[in-house]
Amino acid sequence: MATPAVADTTATRRQTTQTGDIAARLITLAFAASIILITLLLVWQLWSQSAPTRHKFGLAFLFSSTWNPVTEEFGALPFVYGTVVTSVLALLISVPLGLGSAIFLAELAPAGISNTLTFLIELLAAIPSVIYGLLALFTLVPLMRDYGEPFLKSTLGFLPLFKGPVYGFGLLTGGMVLSIMTIPFIISVSREALLAVPREQREAALALGATRWESTWQIVVPYAKLGILGSIFLGLARALGETMAVTMVIGNDPKIVASLFAPGYSIAAVIANEFSEATGRVYQSALIELGLVLFLLTIIINGFARLMILATTKKGSKR
Amino acid sequence: MMRGNLTWRKSVNAVMLSVTAIFTVLAVSTLFLILGYLVYYGGRSLDWNFFTKLPLPPGEIGGGMANAIVGSLEIVGVAALIGLPFGFLAGIYLSEFEDKMFCPLVRYVADLLNGIPSIVVGLLAWTLVVVPTRSFSGLAGSIALAAMLIPIVTRQTEQFLREVPLSLREAALALGASKWKTIATVVVPAGSKGILTGMILGIARIAGESAPLLFTAFNNQFWGGGITQPTASLPVMIYSHAIAPYDDWHRQAWAAGLVLIGMVLIANIAARLVLARGISVPRA
Repeated sequence: MATPAVADTTATRRQTTQTGDIAARLITLAFAASIILITLLLVWQLWSQSAPTRHKFGLAFLFSSTWNPVTEEFGALPFVYGTVVTSVLALLISVPLGLGSAIFLAELAPAGISNTLTFLIELLAAIPSVIYGLLALFTLVPLMRDYGEPFLKSTLGFLPLFKGPVYGFGLLTGGMVLSIMTIPFIISVSREALLAVPREQREAALALGATRWESTWQIVVPYAKLGILGSIFLGLARALGETMAVTMVIGNDPKIVASLFAPGYSIAAVIANEFSEATGRVYQSALIELGLVLFLLTIIINGFARLMILATTKKGSKR
Repeated sequence: MMRGNLTWRKSVNAVMLSVTAIFTVLAVSTLFLILGYLVYYGGRSLDWNFFTKLPLPPGEIGGGMANAIVGSLEIVGVAALIGLPFGFLAGIYLSEFEDKMFCPLVRYVADLLNGIPSIVVGLLAWTLVVVPTRSFSGLAGSIALAAMLIPIVTRQTEQFLREVPLSLREAALALGASKWKTIATVVVPAGSKGILTGMILGIARIAGESAPLLFTAFNNQFWGGGITQPTASLPVMIYSHAIAPYDDWHRQAWAAGLVLIGMVLIANIAARLVLARGISVPRA
């Protein structure tokens, strides 16, 4: 007569395990879904809180270069200009340096050295932005003012980019700080992309008589180009949204001047400087709309970067 | 494809390979330059008062940042209390309850959220906490930092749970364990070292953030009145002291920079040491 009792307990046990499984699934699902909710909430808050300026200025907000909190006239152009110029400058320096280092770490250095150096590069990526700002403010700014910018002025001064008074604070210094900050990202993601290139590709090139450099530059790099592009886009998104270090060295002046020596302003920097003291709905709304512009810029660029990186890491296998 | 004579090609090879090596040395040396400057200037300025005294008004020499150290611990602690379990559970879903449509979407969105500039996340916390409560507060700062921590911990948890071999799960299920019991008693313990690493790295990352705190936790020259009041933090203190025109404040900023980078680097190295000792199960 024990059989029905056993069947009973198995049945109840099965039922409780099923309830347990369903509960676990639903609970974890709720948290996973909340990540999407947080992102949607972010979009909604930026959109709704920037309503006053969106209605008042419309698209003209993006193309106006007036920024006057007193008369409540707001335009984003000087900030977009400063953000884009500093980020492009940063990439001009960090892409060759980062890609070169990634090639060295992935293709040439022995595994032990490569791993140690990559570890150090990752530590570099972990340094808080305000520390970069602190160092740039007290070391890079005086260096640029006393040596870097006067040198550029005397050699390339015939270009409008390198004309005008020299302050140390400005777009050029901002771009240099950003380049130092984006290099670690470009190195580590490019290195991963290069390591994902199948070994046979290199061996085939070397067997045909290519030198090490030819095999790397003509075979491996083109094979990994999507991943490398992805790393550049990731670096660009970082540079566009970088706040503290730029705020401390860019000069904080909402003007559009051709000279790279001139002080400028970036979107992130103006939010950091003015938001806590912004009074009035319109002023706050203008800053939040700047945040919305920055959000859209970075999300589009990041979206592309992630897709490219996904495409390459799926294509190859690890060495 | 291979133009020029052999000597030319070989010299191009040698030159380009050395250039990449020089670039690497340049990139790595920035780390030592940064550490060197911080140790030199920060070390000269760091004293016991830094850890025990409050900041002094401009013009007075001395003082410390005791309130900012405690404030940072409070803000980051609360952010971790919210963000760690949240990201951990979401990560479990992504790794253990695979479905073809929803998981890739969450993964993608988590990566995007991770790439959103921290200052924009600060704006979110401002609209959610500062506006309704009409006050800057440490809690608003914690919410901003938690929103940054969640995607990091989610992706790290998922990644390390995926490295747990399938055979372990199958063994547990074959012994009659239910799915959630398998996850709780077999899968998560097996991936725990990696998950812990991810959590430490995530906390180290948010602990150095200042941009999202500027208009949420704000700043405070005195001991704050708990998490509902404006709260000082080390990164914001470094910023406000560095841009102020007083030499003694600059000295304090360097000291704070050294303390902050010390904490961040120790956490990073510790996390990687945990990881270096390996995942506690052999890989399949």
